[in-house]
Amino acid sequence: MSQILEVKVLKQNAIVPGCYRLDLAAPAIAGTAAPGQFLHVRCGDTLDPLLRRPFSIHAVDRERGTVALLYRVVGRGTALLAQKQKDDPVSLLGPLGSGFTMPGSGEKILVLAGGIGVAPLYFLLQELSRLNHRAAVFLGAPTGKQLLCARAIKALGHGVVTATDDGSEGFAGTVTALWEHLLHSRGDAERATIPDRVYGCGPRGMLKNLCALLKERGIPGEVSLEERMGCGVGACLSCACRTLDGEGGIRYRRACVEGPVFPAGEVVWS
Amino acid sequence: MVVNKPRLAVNIGGIQMKSPVVTASGTFGYGPEYAPYLDLNRLGAIVVKGITLKPRAGNPPPRLAETPAGILNAIGLQNPGVERFIAEALPYLSGYDLPVIVNIAGDTVEDYARLAGRLDRVPGVAGLEVNISCPNVKKGGLQFGSDPSAAAEVTRAVKGHTGLPVVVKLSPNVTDIVPVAEKVAGAGADALSMINTLVGMAIDIKNRRPLLGNVTGGLSGPAVKPVAVRAVWQVYREVPLPIIGMGGITTADDALEFILAGASAVAVGTAHFINPRATVEVLEGLEEYLAANGMADIRELVGAAHKV
Repeated sequence: MSQILEVKVLKQNAIVPGCYRLDLAAPAIAGTAAPGQFLHVRCGDTLDPLLRRPFSIHAVDRERGTVALLYRVVGRGTALLAQKQKDDPVSLLGPLGSGFTMPGSGEKILVLAGGIGVAPLYFLLQELSRLNHRAAVFLGAPTGKQLLCARAIKALGHGVVTATDDGSEGFAGTVTALWEHLLHSRGDAERATIPDRVYGCGPRGMLKNLCALLKERGIPGEVSLEERMGCGVGACLSCACRTLDGEGGIRYRRACVEGPVFPAGEVVWS
Repeated sequence: MVVNKPRLAVNIGGIQMKSPVVTASGTFGYGPEYAPYLDLNRLGAIVVKGITLKPRAGNPPPRLAETPAGILNAIGLQNPGVERFIAEALPYLSGYDLPVIVNIAGDTVEDYARLAGRLDRVPGVAGLEVNISCPNVKKGGLQFGSDPSAAAEVTRAVKGHTGLPVVVKLSPNVTDIVPVAEKVAGAGADALSMINTLVGMAIDIKNRRPLLGNVTGGLSGPAVKPVAVRAVWQVYREVPLPIIGMGGITTADDALEFILAGASAVAVGTAHFINPRATVEVLEGLEEYLAANGMADIRELVGAAHKV
């Protein structure tokens, strides 16, 4: 169950310029959180900026009782969070939201991570690894220097293929373009390499293309969406996402309760 | 010497509350959302998210923008409609010792009358809050709240269809709030709540477009507190109805300003999003203030700032 907690910073590291990993001592969260869930974090301690900020849980160490966030500085909230140092207190609400559906045994799994979108997927890959699943991971970034977590994902036993917008490392293009390229170039061998289940997180454009591709191929998948949130607990209805209602219409669902992870086929992109 | 705990119970237009701290409509859902974080029984009342006759899908996103010490929202009264509210949301709250005040909104005077009639004598409903001040819907809402005669007409229609205590929620988006309050009082309102949000907007300078899907939204949070305290102050002087004061309350000190200005109860709104336990902390702070000042009853403080 979600709690409101004040926890301590264990360490904070700049991973690549503008991206940070924040490790927190939070046994209550480490013990119960599921991949895809998020924490609602107070970045400052004054009334401006006012709101908490939602961050996916990036990594969990259940034995040590720690959780990590991975984030990019994009505004005032994240800039304040980046100033936190060892032993600083941080107010958390969580774990919140609905996470990823875990695969059945023997399923072929593909994970597509665009940029900071790797944040919730790394926790998913930790869990997959623990359950003896081996996933293929397509990892993308604008440039090779901005690729995140490649080594750590390999260390979990998963296969990593990289893609960069500028072509400085791996495939030149997005992770979705990489997958499309592979689907087309594999020809007869394609059937054998088609995944049973796909997980994705990244920029809106990438996820939109991914959902279209999954629909076209009839492959089940889930995507984690990023929305501006108010309360984080389902009360304020600010983080409404357009989804199919199953009866041919559109229904708003809350990223903070029904999401942030949604079935790829149910997200309506505008 | 035995020191008695200060008395915090208040009566707001016929709604008996064990504490003067309630939730502001739209910021606390229907109860279960915040139940993991506090004991709902400690609230004076819960004012639930606004209800309309038919379900409403709400406005297109983005629905929220953060502004200096505040937020703009344009949710657009998304709600399941009165029938599903009664069948699905209300039963949960019957498990608590907690007055439930239902916020009602409509497109027409007839809508308000029908909602009032439907909710009359529904077990578990302690009162109605008439929302004539939502800035985020095309019809109804603010059009009633900004015109004293229309506000009075809605109030009369609601009173004519229910025996429940009726609280009318006033808008700050008027030249003078006092005539609206006077007309609403004359039409039979049992209490007033103020303020609803202030109409505002924000623009994304990167995309060069309004930040909100609805273009404009309602401003709330600490940024609006001085406007709200002023509104309570003005209305308290002229209208003899109990007031539920709200607008940017995050602490007991904020709540005390409203009470001293003339509010008999206070509502916590946007602060829930930062601190789910804000209502309980405000309540405990009020108790401490009374004890520290040797006061026996919160009602001694209501409007005290007006005394010469």
